[in-house]
Amino acid sequence: MPADLEKSRGAAAAALADVAHEPGAAKPDPIVVVDNITRQFGGLKAVDVGHLEIQRGVITALIGPNGAGKTTFFNLLTGFDTPDTGERYLNGKSLKRVAAYKVAKLGMVRTFQLTKVLSKLTVLENMRLGATSQLGERFWAGPLAFLWSGQEKANTERARELLRRFKLDAKENDFAGSLSGGQRKLLEMARALMVEPELVMLDEPMAGVNPALKQSLLGHVKSLRDEGMTVLFVEHDMDMVRDISDWVVVMAAGAVIAEGPPHSIMSDQRVIDAYLGAHHDTDISDLDPEEILAEAEAEIEAEKEGNA
Amino acid sequence: MDLLTNALHDAFAPIAISYVLAAIGLNIHYGYTGLLNFGQAAFAAVGAYGMAVLIVSFDVPLVPALLLALVGAVLLALVMGLPTLRLRADYLAIVTIAVAEIARLIFSTSFKQYFNARDGVQGFTADFRDLNPYGEGAIGFSRNDLWVITVGWLLVALVLAFVFLLMRSPWGRVLKSIREDEDAVRSLGKNVYSYKLQALILGGVIGALGGFVGALGKGSVQPDSFNTDFTFIAFTMLILGGAARVMSPVVGAVLFWFLLTFMDVLLKRITGDGGFVPGWLLNPDQTGNVRFMIVGLVLMLLMIFRPQGIFGDKKELAIDAR
Ligand SMILES: Nc1ncnc2c1ncn2[C@@H]1O[C@H](COP(=O)(O)OP(=O)(O)OP(=O)(O)O)[C@@H](O)[C@H]1O
Ligand SMILES: [Mg+2]
Repeated sequence: MPADLEKSRGAAAAALADVAHEPGAAKPDPIVVVDNITRQFGGLKAVDVGHLEIQRGVITALIGPNGAGKTTFFNLLTGFDTPDTGERYLNGKSLKRVAAYKVAKLGMVRTFQLTKVLSKLTVLENMRLGATSQLGERFWAGPLAFLWSGQEKANTERARELLRRFKLDAKENDFAGSLSGGQRKLLEMARALMVEPELVMLDEPMAGVNPALKQSLLGHVKSLRDEGMTVLFVEHDMDMVRDISDWVVVMAAGAVIAEGPPHSIMSDQRVIDAYLGAHHDTDISDLDPEEILAEAEAEIEAEKEGNA
Repeated sequence: MDLLTNALHDAFAPIAISYVLAAIGLNIHYGYTGLLNFGQAAFAAVGAYGMAVLIVSFDVPLVPALLLALVGAVLLALVMGLPTLRLRADYLAIVTIAVAEIARLIFSTSFKQYFNARDGVQGFTADFRDLNPYGEGAIGFSRNDLWVITVGWLLVALVLAFVFLLMRSPWGRVLKSIREDEDAVRSLGKNVYSYKLQALILGGVIGALGGFVGALGKGSVQPDSFNTDFTFIAFTMLILGGAARVMSPVVGAVLFWFLLTFMDVLLKRITGDGGFVPGWLLNPDQTGNVRFMIVGLVLMLLMIFRPQGIFGDKKELAIDAR
């Protein structure tokens, strides 16, 4: 890892140095606080989080197996879904009965696991839509272009800059519907950044993005953090989690089962059991094939016995 | 030759203008925002009745009567939109149909001292006709019609210019985004509910303008002019022109009226005594209905071979299929 990267992570990590490595640990400066949030779908408790704090100004990763409740938790935080019980706070302000768009206005902006780009708008128009406090978005000012054209121009500049970062600048005049899956992910993330949020929540932002671009975008995310933005992201790619997160929260079956800095999480036995599987650190090719076979057989035997 | 002039004539007449305006309103609802308003007839009715009753029963001068009638259209949009626009799209569709039918029933059966039941309201055009600068009629229109047509098409031009400016503004961008994915718009901090309500009000007010022109052209207002056919014909015109293009409701409406009249005159000519179509196949009394069938067939063919409408962009259609 480059030295300057280590250093910038150092500052964020220092803030978290004294935080206990346990679920629900108190943070020195939390931007989001969650208390006893539950959400039930039929008989399934998709989310059941006792207490959780997200530290301001750091990159927090939310990991967990498929169906752990990460996306549902995102929905509950951002007002796209309502919890059955519990409270959530942003900057100390309760988000009870606050509409999704207001949550975004308060500075918490999210992206979607299944991308939501606006297919019939161009890439650039998608980006412009993200900009906040646009005078031209008022009905009465709409027809009076001279009132808002200056602002629109500034927003376009900012949009182009972001598009360059995300390697979408050549596509700015294409319909967003013509983009590939990975490009849509990129556009959605760039669009969320147009809002200039205080806290950006990314649901699997790098799924389907090529490795080289991924590296440069990870660098970008870190620079956002260094400028003071808080990042919370869901990701299945452990290398990425290890690489950029300052803190990791692990969910399984709706609950937070562990919290801590990436290196300690990766070696936490509960996490390994719940999520990573026994061989997460070993390369498959290093293992003796005989050994794998024997192990698999033993597992099958055990299962048979369990069923009997 | 008079076949063509007849058809052209009707395509630009006051009644056509009232449909043009109704279709422009629906374009804002459906074309740009994706709202299914099946009660556009109610907006036209509130405009027409509002103006007529205020002038006849309450002696309100023309201009204030028009403005008050528009306030009525705004209120109607609030009645339809406030309870439904937070819900799924289908709720608005159902409520607008219901409200439009209720409105028509009220106009045709209640408050008879004002609405005059099926006979409707007459005698509200004096102020408007006094303003007529034309000395006599021309190009086959009466002096009166010529005045209504002049004002009507001027109004259409103004409304189109306004819609054009709005739709290329950031406000229009939000509407088009809502049409595609409300949640994406919400996630960027825009109040989707408020924008939908604004769109419903704007399109409804334009529909009420259509009610004015129709009523002033006809010189009377009857409940039967505002049944559900009104809305569906306006929708047909919109889709014929191609939704979400500024000019499309105009072209769609003019073309629709042209076809309808053309068919009517043509069928009348080829049936009956002078025509070559035998009576057992089609007699002159039936042409009124048959023309709708033929126009419907033409529309079907058009939709099959040009699904995006006359003005629509095929590229946009293709994008729907991911
Ligand atoms: N709208 C819904 N209706 C019913 N069940 C739902 C709904 N949304 C989510 N669930 C269930 O809740 C659980 C958690 O789903 P969620 O999408 O939050 O998981 P996730 O952690 O984001 O998984 P992944 O990593 O696969 O994205 C799953 O078992 C899912 O089936
Ligand atoms: Mg998910």
